Amino acid sequence: MPAKYEGLDFYNIDAHLTDEERMVRDLVRQWVDDKVLPIIEKHNRAHTFPDELIPEIGEMGLLGMNMEGYGCAGMSNVAYGLACQELERGDSAIRSFVSVQGSLAMHPIHSFGSEEQKQKYLPKMARAELIGCFGLTEPDYGSNPGGMVTKAVEDGDHYVLNGAKMWITNGTIADLAIVWAKLIPQGGTLADGVIRGFIVEKGDPGFSAPEMHGKHSLKASVTSELVFEDCRIPKDRILPHVHGLRGPFSCLNNARYGISWGVLGAAQACFHSARDYALTRIQFDKPIASYQLVQNKLAWMLREITKGQLLALHLGRMKDDGTMFHEQVSLAKMNNVDIALDIARIARDMHGANGILDEYPVMRHMANLETVKTYEGTHDIHNLILGRWITGIQAFF
Amino acid sequence: MKIGVLLKQVPASDSRIKIADPQRGVALDDVKWEINPYDEFALEAALALLDAKVASDVVLLTVGGADTEQRIRDGLARGATAAVRLDDAAFGGSDCLGVSRILAAAVKAEGITLVFAGKQAIDGDNAQVPAMVAELLGWGYVGEVDQLEVTGAGAKAWRAAGGGARDVVEVGLPAVIGCDKGLNQPRYASLKGIMMAKRKKIDVKGAGAIGVDAGSVGASAALVSETNWGEPPARPPGRVLQGDDAARVKALVAALRDEVKVI
Ligand SMILES: Cc1cc2nc3c(=O)[nH]c(=O)nc-3n(C[C@H](O)[C@H](O)[C@H](O)COP(=O)(O)OP(=O)(O)OC[C@H]3O[C@@H](n4cnc5c(N)ncnc54)[C@H](O)[C@@H]3O)c2cc1C
Repeated sequence: MPAKYEGLDFYNIDAHLTDEERMVRDLVRQWVDDKVLPIIEKHNRAHTFPDELIPEIGEMGLLGMNMEGYGCAGMSNVAYGLACQELERGDSAIRSFVSVQGSLAMHPIHSFGSEEQKQKYLPKMARAELIGCFGLTEPDYGSNPGGMVTKAVEDGDHYVLNGAKMWITNGTIADLAIVWAKLIPQGGTLADGVIRGFIVEKGDPGFSAPEMHGKHSLKASVTSELVFEDCRIPKDRILPHVHGLRGPFSCLNNARYGISWGVLGAAQACFHSARDYALTRIQFDKPIASYQLVQNKLAWMLREITKGQLLALHLGRMKDDGTMFHEQVSLAKMNNVDIALDIARIARDMHGANGILDEYPVMRHMANLETVKTYEGTHDIHNLILGRWITGIQAFF
Repeated sequence: MKIGVLLKQVPASDSRIKIADPQRGVALDDVKWEINPYDEFALEAALALLDAKVASDVVLLTVGGADTEQRIRDGLARGATAAVRLDDAAFGGSDCLGVSRILAAAVKAEGITLVFAGKQAIDGDNAQVPAMVAELLGWGYVGEVDQLEVTGAGAKAWRAAGGGARDVVEVGLPAVIGCDKGLNQPRYASLKGIMMAKRKKIDVKGAGAIGVDAGSVGASAALVSETNWGEPPARPPGRVLQGDDAARVKALVAALRDEVKVI
């Protein structure tokens, strides 16, 4: 029997976790071993999301787990991070599903929704009876969402939405979409619009969500367009308590925080595979692990994963005690994705030709991490955020 | 109905076990612990009866030190309603009979009418405790159960009887059931369960609290002592048969008949 997966814990981070946090980590780790790893390559190959896992994810309580009330588990942000780490060790698609549902769809309702909206949606979303998605990016506005052209206008007791979103995770399978659009005052133009959040439900007239095809990355995740053609929604579907980009950015900060943990799971999966492979692959009569160049790569991986863990844990503790600011999240998201992607690439190389096979998880993780580098703020956008923090000079435009 | 689940922690099934001392036993310092896998079936059987409202309480019973509490918490997180950890200086060094006396006394003290246990624990593989607990209590025992129906008054239990045959045993309550693989699919804990487990108290009880005679348990009362620990003999290396297919088949048949004597 192969030994059970054990996470890397070179600096004894375990000792800094509470019992509950360790239990959550172990629970999700076991579940990923039992339920995700045996089926994920099949789904990746078929470009399908493993729908059958959705009810179990809900039953465990992973959706919106770091939020209070409304059927959410109310756990610490560190526990949420650990869950993300274990999920992404399975596949970035599974972690993305949980990130989108919790941080991008439930969070805005929880933080900016009316009491009626919270009661109506959150308990069902926590149980995975309703799936949500988050529509911010548009075909022509990715890193610059403030330029969005999707708009809403008032019409009696309805809003009417027009425009299109692109690259929307879970879009086609979602029961509701949190859509960010510019609300244009009567007689105004796009320039007068203020970004607001709207809850659009599947089946609303004028709303469709066709799936996007042809991805080489995040293949086991559903990615969609959201199309609004005179889409009419009742007025009580606007999120009343937020105006402007602060709304979507607050969601992104939560999800980015989860990513800074999640990618460490993918990195550890690659590290483990590379280490095991290097110990058993014989070239020139010795395991390749006995060569200094190979050891150097493994030592570098250990070093970067350990640093990434300390970063994520400290960030989580600051998020829990309310002292975290968003530039700190940018640094952790950028750094940890960066090292995870490099680790995946080097692990791929260390597997030689076998590294391109789906018998090993490395190339799947490598391809997935290309998406993770781009979404939730690209690597360079986070550099610009940090550059502005350091110099006080914005360099976005 | 109050159900008791006998929960033991054992070294994880993929642990590499080393002998610490031929007289004392194996080195357990670096071992990762888990709930005995058969006890997971026992716990699930109990929780299913709790869900079905046949049971009102599911009490975990563990003999052991504070280091077992993580496993007990895990059981509470899955849904057990209470837990008693049985710990006393007098309990140290108990053999199976001693452990059974402690557990039987606790079962009585807790007012339990149905006990689920794993059919055996995967560390010692003795498969003695559940039957001894039943005997000490004067209750019926069915072991190796892989299918079960519990009504208010009794239970009907199925188990493999060898050669594909099945035993069907009916037992009146109170009773002890030894659970085997196949009985059910143990559930995962939930995050809410984990949060609730934090608030559930693990009662720690010693000999006096459960009314067990301290002289009847522990090392001094043990009838069984383990004296000579050693590694299993190294496996002889395999043999690769040589020659063409026909010669190899011949050699294989000869070896199976004359050396291994299985055909
Ligand atoms: C699989 C997948 C799932 C996604 N899921 C979602 C989702 O659920 N919801 C959602 O709203 N979006 C989602 N996205 C979209 C994602 O957030 C965007 O792709 C991302 O914000 C980048 O936008 P873009 O693709 O338009 O790239 P661009 O913004 O066009 O960027 C292209 C390149 O230019 C660089 N760049 C841009 N501006 C500057 C600048 N000022 N200075 C220097 N360099 C710059 C970028 O760093 C990047 O390297 C998803 C994307 C993918 C791939």
